[in-house]
Formats: sequence, C-alpha cells, structure tokens
Amino acid sequence: MKKNIIYLTIIFIIIIIFTLFYKGLYKAKTYTPNELNNKNLVQFSSKDLFSEVETNFSDLISNNKFTIINIWASWCIPCRKEHPFLMHLSKNSKINLIGLNYRDRSNNAKKFINDFGNPFSTILIDPDGTISIELGAYGIPETIIINKDQKIIKKFIGPLTNKNLREIEQIVNS
Amino acid sequence: MKLKKFIFLIILSTFFYQGDLIANNNNVLVNKISKNLRCLICQGQSVYDSQSDFAISMKLLIKKKIEEGNSEKQIYEYLKNQYGEWISYDTEINQKTYLLWLFPLFLFVFGGILIFRKVFIN
Amino acid sequence: MLVSQLGYYSLILGLILSLGLLSYSFICLRDGNNILQKNIYSISFLQLFSVVLSFFCLIYSFIISDFSNETVYNNSHTTKPIFYKISGTWGNHEGSLLLWLLVLTLFIFLFLVSSKNQPKKYRLLTLFFQQIIISGFFLFLLFTSNPFSNLFPVPKEGLGLNPILQDPALAIHPPILYLGYVGSSIIFSSSLAALVQKNINRNWAKHIKKWILVSWIFLTLGIMLGAIWAYYELGWGGFWFWDPVENVSLMPWLCLTALLHAIIVLEKRLILKSWTLILSIATFTLSMSGTFLVRSGILNSVHTFANDPKRGIFILIFLFVLIFLSVLIFFFYQIKENDSQKKIFWLSKETSILINNWFMMYFLSVILIGTTYPIFLEVLIEEKISVGPPFYYKLLVPFLIPFLIFMAIGPKIKWIKDKFKKIRIYQIIFLVISFLIAYLIINKTSSQYLFTTVLIAAAFYLFFNTLRDFLRKDSKLSQNISHFGFSIFILSILFNGIFSNEISANMKIGDEIKFNKGLIKFKKIEIYKEQNYESIIASFEIEDEKKNIITLNPEIRIYNQPAIFTSEADIKSSIFTDKFLVMSLLKGEDYFNVRYQNKPFMLWIWISISFVAFGGLISFVKKIK
Repeated sequence: MKKNIIYLTIIFIIIIIFTLFYKGLYKAKTYTPNELNNKNLVQFSSKDLFSEVETNFSDLISNNKFTIINIWASWCIPCRKEHPFLMHLSKNSKINLIGLNYRDRSNNAKKFINDFGNPFSTILIDPDGTISIELGAYGIPETIIINKDQKIIKKFIGPLTNKNLREIEQIVNS
Repeated sequence: MKLKKFIFLIILSTFFYQGDLIANNNNVLVNKISKNLRCLICQGQSVYDSQSDFAISMKLLIKKKIEEGNSEKQIYEYLKNQYGEWISYDTEINQKTYLLWLFPLFLFVFGGILIFRKVFIN
Repeated sequence: MLVSQLGYYSLILGLILSLGLLSYSFICLRDGNNILQKNIYSISFLQLFSVVLSFFCLIYSFIISDFSNETVYNNSHTTKPIFYKISGTWGNHEGSLLLWLLVLTLFIFLFLVSSKNQPKKYRLLTLFFQQIIISGFFLFLLFTSNPFSNLFPVPKEGLGLNPILQDPALAIHPPILYLGYVGSSIIFSSSLAALVQKNINRNWAKHIKKWILVSWIFLTLGIMLGAIWAYYELGWGGFWFWDPVENVSLMPWLCLTALLHAIIVLEKRLILKSWTLILSIATFTLSMSGTFLVRSGILNSVHTFANDPKRGIFILIFLFVLIFLSVLIFFFYQIKENDSQKKIFWLSKETSILINNWFMMYFLSVILIGTTYPIFLEVLIEEKISVGPPFYYKLLVPFLIPFLIFMAIGPKIKWIKDKFKKIRIYQIIFLVISFLIAYLIINKTSSQYLFTTVLIAAAFYLFFNTLRDFLRKDSKLSQNISHFGFSIFILSILFNGIFSNEISANMKIGDEIKFNKGLIKFKKIEIYKEQNYESIIASFEIEDEKKNIITLNPEIRIYNQPAIFTSEADIKSSIFTDKFLVMSLLKGEDYFNVRYQNKPFMLWIWISISFVAFGGLISFVKKIK
C-alpha cells in the first residue's frame, strides 16, 4: 500500500513537471520591457547635437504633452526604416518628439538629419551609450513614451511599425 | 572590400599615439561587477565577456557609477531596478528563490536519512 | 538532388526496419519463442547501414555545397574550408539528430553482437526498448527535422555557418560527446530489459558494466573537449560557465558516475538492485531531457539550436512517454526485496559507495534545479531570474571538502565489514602535510580564507592517498588512476582560480601597460585576406619580471557570410601556465580593447580529466580480455 502511494505521488509529480515544461515552451523567449512601465524617469543632461549646449532633459519635458524619446544612430539601418514614421509622429501636436543620438559621430548624425529630415524638436547626444542604458534601453532603435507625469508608460524595441504607430496614437489621444 | 580597407587605414593612421595607461582598482571592480551581469541582448554571455554595444555601454556606465562613489551593492540594486532581477547572475535569496536554494539542501538531508536507515537500522 | 533522395529514402527504410524489429521482438517475446534468428543481426546491421548511408549522403551534400538541401543552405557556404564543410554536417539541428540515430543504431547492433552469452529473452527485450527510442527519433527526424528537405528555386549561396563553430575541437566534440550521451540509451534499454526479465545478477552486472564504462569514458572526454573548445575558441579565457547546455551534459555524467560505482556494489553483493536500475533509467532520461531543453527553445543560451516549439512539443511528449514507460515497468516488475535485504555494515565499501552516490545525487540536484528553476518560475509567476555561476559555486564547493575526504578513505575500506583499526601513521602525516601546504599557499596570496585552506588541504589529502596507492599491490589500478586524476583536476582548478590574474584595457598601437611586475606592449598589426574572412593580426610583446619576452598574436576576424566580427585569442600554453591575450575592435572607436590573462595550470586541467577517463579505459580493457 505504501509502495502504491509512492508510485502515485511520483506519477503526479511527473505530470506537473510535464505541464510546467509544456507551458514554458510558449513563453516569450526574448526580453520584455514590462518591468519598466510606470517607472520614474532618470534625470540626465547632455549636449544638443546642433547647438552643443548642455541641456537638462527635465527642462525639455512639458506637462501638457506626451514626450517620446527615440534612440537612434546614423549607422543604424532599421532607424532609417522607421524614420518616415517618426516624421509622421512629429506632426502630432500632442507629442514632443526628442531624439537621443546613440554612440555616433556628430558629423554623421547631422548628415543623416539633413538627408532624411528632422522629426525631432531637440536632439541630444549619447556618445558612450550610458544615457540609453540608464533609460533601460537594450539596443537601437528604441522608442520610449513618457506621460505628462514624467513616467515611462511604454517602450518599443526595434523599428516602429504601423501597428506601433496606431498604439501610440491611441495612448496620446486618450 | 577595398573601401573597407581604405577606411581601416585611415582609422589606423590615427593610432600612432604614444600613451601610458596604468591599470587601476576601478577597472578591477568594473570587471568583477560585469562578470556578474547578464548581457541582455546576447544569448547567455556576461557583460564582461560580450563586446556588443549594450555591454560596452554598460561597462562604461558601471565605471561612471563607481567614480560617483556608488558601492558594488548599490550598483547591482540600481541595475536590477532598471532591468529586473534577471540581469544579475548572483541569484538573490528572497521569497521567490527560497525553494531554489533550499530544495537541494533538503534533498541532501533526505538522502542522508535514507542511507542512515539503510545502514544503521535493521 | 539524387543524393538527397537517397538520403531521405534511406531514413524511411530505417524507420520501417525499426517498426519491423519492434513487432518482431514483440511477437517473439509474446510467444515465448526462445530462438534469436540469425536474421536479427543482418536486419539490425541493415538499419545501421541505412543511417550511415543517410549520414554520408548529408556529408556529401555539404561537401558539394548542394543548396537545394535546406539544411546545407542554412548551415554552409561555398567558401568554407572542406574540413568545416564536413564537420558542419553535425553542427546543426538536423545533422546532429542524424548523429543521434547513428549512435543509437550502432550501439544496438554492437550490443546484439557482443551479448551472445546473455539470455535470449533479455537481448530481445533490449532490442525492443531500444527500437522504441530509435523509431521515436526516426519519426522526429522525418516529421519535424528532415535533413533532406528541398528548396526550390535553388539558392546560389548558403547562409554560412557561425564562424565560432569553425574549429577543430568543435568538429570532434559532438561525435565523442554523443557516443557517451546517446550511448547511455543502451544502458536504459538493457536495464528495463533486465527488470522485465527478472534476471539481475552478477552475470548481468558484469555485462552491463562494460557498456557503462564505454558510455562514461566518451562522455567524460566529450565534456572535456567542449570545455577545451570554449577555452581556446570562444575568447573569454574561461572554460565552464554553468550555461544550461553545459549543465545538460554534466548531469548525465554525474548520474553515470554514480551508476558506475553502484554497479560495483551490485556485482559484488547483489544489493541496491532497484537503486542501480533507477540510476540507469535516470541517466538516459537526463540525456533526453537535455536534448529537450537545448532544442526546444525553452532556454536562453549561446549553444541553442534554432528553436521551434513544434519540435519542443514532440521531444517533450516523447521524453515523458519514455519516463512513463519506465515508471510503469518499474511498478509492474518490482524487484522482490527478499534477497536485497542483506544488511550493510556501516564501515564497509558498500557504505562508501553509497556515500559517493549520495553526494553525486546532491550535485546533480543542484545543477538540475538551478537549470530548470528559472523556467518554472517564469511559468508560475511570470518573472525572470538568472541562476548563474555564483549559485553553483555556493552550493557545490562546500560539499567538495567532505567528498574529497570520503574519496580518499572510501576505497581503502573492505567489503562487507571492516574493522576500525588504529589510524595508520601515514594518514596523519598526509593530513598534516596537506594542511601545511594549503596554509602556505593561502598565506602567499591575499585570499586568506579558512575555507579555501581546508578545501586545498582536502584535495591534497586525496592526492597523497591516491599517490601512495599506486605503490600498493592490492589496490585497483584503474580506480587509482581515475581518483588520482580527479585530485589533480581539483587542485588544478583551485590553483588556477587563486593564482590567475588579468588586466583589461583600451590600447592603441604603440601603447604599453605595466602589469604584474612586467610590461605589455602593443607592437603592430597586420591585415590579411583569407578564404572566407578578413583578418587583423596584432603583435603584442609580454615582458615578465625576469625580462623574458614572449610574443602573442591575437586576431580579429571579419567574416563575410554572415557578417560577424570574432576575436581569436592567442594562447601560449606551457606546462605551468597559460598566457592568454584577446582583443576586440570597438565600433567607431580608435583603439582596441585588450584583455590579458595569466592562467596557471590550465594544461593540467585537461591532462587530469584525461587521466580520469584513462582509468576507465584500463578497466574496460581488462574486462574484455
């Protein structure tokens, strides 16, 4: 009788482990930025790309618009792909679009903007990438949406898509 | 290919600069901390081992934080706050991980009891 | 391509033969037919041949860069050197599964041929169980991972193999590892067979021990080759990172080592039958679980193959079918405990081996739990944690101390019942010398921990004991070599850990750094163009405190397909220390990041593991004489 109980327990445990593994198969294998939602924004300051004036980021945030930080670089090919979406976003009056130029050379960055257009109200530089890390970025391009209370409410990793655009517009219009 | 080589040579021509670098304690600490952090965009490498943009920026950030006077523990706390617990390879002992740490020890004791019974009783 | 067709239909043939052998053995067993037809050998050989043929077809497709084959397209490139085209055959998911089948079919054939002195029913049962595994893998291969799937239109060029995998150590690491890893399948099948046949006796123990040794030797060497590859090729100076895929190869090894010791007790005294069988089943179960963890995409690792949940589901179900089967058989054919009720005296070799198993199972559970816990946690509470080297060191290393001491004393204890004689004087001398040496070493370095001292002392204690045992006539040579090798292994790792030092800095050409009472000079670089990559080779001069100069030439490779930068470390290995230098190019910067390490006793790590395996080889050779 005792032996039977042991066997039944073993089989029960096996079934549980099987279920856990089965569920584990379908979990997203890539990093998700969920932990960062509703975090307070880190304070940082950096030079403006064009004027080279040292600017505090908190000065750029307005409390009646959504602030969107887009992290990009001239050498980043997906950034080129998402550029038209950024141009579209820049026309939205509810959005203040700020660019953060990641590990780039100023000349190359300026050339990129001159060639493709400037969707940003301000561009700050992040020459060694540490500001992006402090913002919790994984790589580029990355887009961070900050609400009027200076909290991060959404992050998009990778180039923006049409779907992302609609999501942003939904958030901004609500 | 030729263009690449050309660009390389241009870059290389700026290399001939004599400098004297001395290793300092900060670097040792950066290495120590970065060995304990997961490179989040690599598949299973530490920040120390990785040469990805993320890892390089991370190492610079760690150095900055050390220079600002943060302790090792503070830096881990800060990064875990930003990225979640899984950036640190050193698993915490908290509510979520009690089972992780205690279960093997429990099994060890359990095995010991089994052997004890086999050898010393009946 | 014709060759692809040949390869594919060869696999179909193999599957048909597998199902045929399954039914054949089932019918024979059901009818109580005690005759093993001579045809069995031919059919089994034919099955082996079909897999070999298929395998060679795939190799051929790789050699001629036949990109109409999807596997070749995904994993090869016309500019790859021929040696790596061939080794690329098993460096991918489909090809490595073909390697699984190769070892599975090879081992059952060899088993049939070499077990003629065993009961026929037992051999039929083994064939039956092994064919279940084999047909499962055939189905897996043909339905989810076909190595011969066609691409049309035929691409002109392949996607290339990861340059990190183009290395000689990595070319032989999978075959050797699989001979051990997959080879444990025969232990699984034959143990279930022995259980059903109710014939677990000395004869069986002697017979199965040979297979355990074969599997164990190859698994030991296979893991060692993986570590050597990681050290020489991956460029970070380490050789073990507690990466899930590394753990997955270590777990069956621990189980197999425990089994190797338990089978000795079974043979000698016919006790621990159930436990030995559990170990046999567990070893292959761990192998299969490992395959699941690595190929299903459930884990995050440098090593993982391309992920596909469909494949994951198949292996998961297959694995649990095998586990259920084993538990059911175990339940229905339980070993009657009457003759296993022999007592075990506390001071006996049986107890020492039980203690060995106890520790082995603990080490196994630490690694198993550490590897799978993040998965379960994520499923249950949606949070990700990392379990890395600190966890394993904290839980494993303290237990090494008693383990080493038991390992030193255990082999000396007699079977059945030993008397507690007066402690020999040499034991005390060894203990004292061990502590002295350990203390001197720790004192010299800055790590003045009591713990490290005791650990080194324990390792030395084992070292001296095994050294002395070589001179005794009544100790077994094979056991001694392996245990001696293990003591050197632990000592090498400890010294390597304590005495290594490193420096990491950004340097431009012409820079000099002071390090370790010596100098590191960045002399020059040279750029070359190779067959499938461009190479920057740097020249560094390392001057030590005695003004000896050695030159190290680390390399950065820029591959074209796929576009990857890799760093090749330059390592100068000598008998006492390795000098390791690696550099990497920073994008958009005008300097190189240079890392130099002085690593003592690295070579001894590899030598000592070879000793351990060599002991097993001697034992095997003695058995087949």
